[in-house]
Amino acid sequence: MVDLTNLNTLSRRLKFRIIETSHRTKTPHLGSCLSCSDLLVALYFEFLSLNPSMPEDPHRDRFILSKGHAAPALFQILAMRGFYGDQLLADYGQNGSIFAEHPPTPSQLPGIEAATGSLGHGLPLGVGMALASRMQGYKNKIVVMLGDGECNEGSIWEAALLAGAQKLDKLCIIIDYNKWQATGRSQEIMAIEPLAAKWQAFGWNAIEINGHDHQDILDGLNQFSTTIGKPTAIIAHTIKGNGVSFMQDDNNWHYKIPSETEVKKAQIELGIS
Amino acid sequence: MRNAFAREVSKLASEDDRIILLSGDIGNNLFEDLKKVGADHFLNCGIAEANMMGVAAGMALSGLRPIVYTITPFTTTRCLEQIRVDVCYQNASVIIVGTGSGLSYAELGPTHQSLEDIAILRAFPSLTIMTPCDVPELIACLRAAMQHDGPVYMRIGKKGEPRIHNDDLSVKIGKAIELSRGEDLTFLVSGFIMPEALAAAHTFSERGFKVGVVSYPTIKPLDTELLTELCSRTKLLVTVEEHGSIGGLGSAVAEWRAPLANSLPLIIIGAKDEFIHVIGDQDYARGYFGISAEKIVEKVATFLGGT
Repeated sequence: MVDLTNLNTLSRRLKFRIIETSHRTKTPHLGSCLSCSDLLVALYFEFLSLNPSMPEDPHRDRFILSKGHAAPALFQILAMRGFYGDQLLADYGQNGSIFAEHPPTPSQLPGIEAATGSLGHGLPLGVGMALASRMQGYKNKIVVMLGDGECNEGSIWEAALLAGAQKLDKLCIIIDYNKWQATGRSQEIMAIEPLAAKWQAFGWNAIEINGHDHQDILDGLNQFSTTIGKPTAIIAHTIKGNGVSFMQDDNNWHYKIPSETEVKKAQIELGIS
Repeated sequence: MRNAFAREVSKLASEDDRIILLSGDIGNNLFEDLKKVGADHFLNCGIAEANMMGVAAGMALSGLRPIVYTITPFTTTRCLEQIRVDVCYQNASVIIVGTGSGLSYAELGPTHQSLEDIAILRAFPSLTIMTPCDVPELIACLRAAMQHDGPVYMRIGKKGEPRIHNDDLSVKIGKAIELSRGEDLTFLVSGFIMPEALAAAHTFSERGFKVGVVSYPTIKPLDTELLTELCSRTKLLVTVEEHGSIGGLGSAVAEWRAPLANSLPLIIIGAKDEFIHVIGDQDYARGYFGISAEKIVEKVATFLGGT
């Protein structure tokens, strides 16, 4: 049985670590990090088969954060999952630190599978990894997280076509569908809807879930695990800035840095003592 | 060069399970033998080069040795950011092959020509750039690239390139190959323009000059050791390449030469800085762009006449 209470606690803890670090290091993209935090907790603490003491195990599942600007969330969850100690995060955001605003290359930090940040790169990389695993006879899964804004990029749809043709059933994307991109509503800027139907039309198994409900997330991931002959697209409906009332669905938090008072308010709302 | 490339990839793949050739929907018949080595050694990625380059990087990060193959503009400038970020930044061991480079596809017009690829790619850290001049150099370059840990860009021609070297040539990354020595002037040549450079060199030999010719199968890293040696062995350097005069071998040599107080004079022979708007074959286009044997002779003779 999945301990949903524990996942909930981990999610709240992750969200607070992100907010506190953003304040301390003056690093942005809070809204984008909070919208995918529950997804990251379900992946790293339930779904992905990983061994933090063997980060280069060729049989490991791969997770690529294609929406690389949510790196602050990834850096925290990798520490929480034990890929490195919290002390490594001490120089976060300072000159000379490897913790920049986007993930570094895999050679620089355990647990990082790809240096993302320029949007539209993670899915082609994931397709390459899924093809490699199939050639090598491995059974591992490749999960790629995309932003809805990121789906503006043509390379995503090039990769979607190839993954469909190759029937890459060990490949899953999760779209953190928070309905915003950097400067506005994603649907108003580019006609993203109907999103699930688009992926279906490209030969994918498309599933829509609530991206803040751990049970729903895990149900979606389990559907991916049992799908044969096609890749899976999980459209996770999320809220940018989720978990903190004054950040929720407010796109100012794409770039805004929280004040000390705002960190305290968030801490209370998230129930972190 | 294309056929020799396909044969050599088949041979390498039969010795190494990690090798996979990704094609941008070209060369389907060219790689029949490779497919016979194993279906897993060939993947047609369709007409979607940005994705193909990312897929190759993902494969390399998972331990494979992918080779990306399509016509030069589409395997370079079309997917430049994927080369920069996915391949170079992550130091992924991908061999990027541009086929029909330079003016090999002159008849197809500027969309299929490539006279700026080296200039652009030379600026990317971690990328090795190889420009074989004939089939033995190509085979040797491919073998060297396969042993190299990190990305390689290999710029090859089309077909019918005259043979310069004997078989069983060995190429070391970063090492030039001296074909001949000459104390009056030395041609530094990269790639399949070599026959034009040799013809120009021959003309100057007939005119009584002592002429050397060096092949540069690797442009980056550049063999500067040999350049330093040449300072005391020759009096004039002439670079020749089927590439624009901005940013290629000539520029690389000029960058080496810039801080030297007493260096040799340098003539950079490269294509003039414009797009061609008329039809012609490769020989015609070489003349048009000022890189045919005849034009090389003219430019060098003008310089020599003025000294």
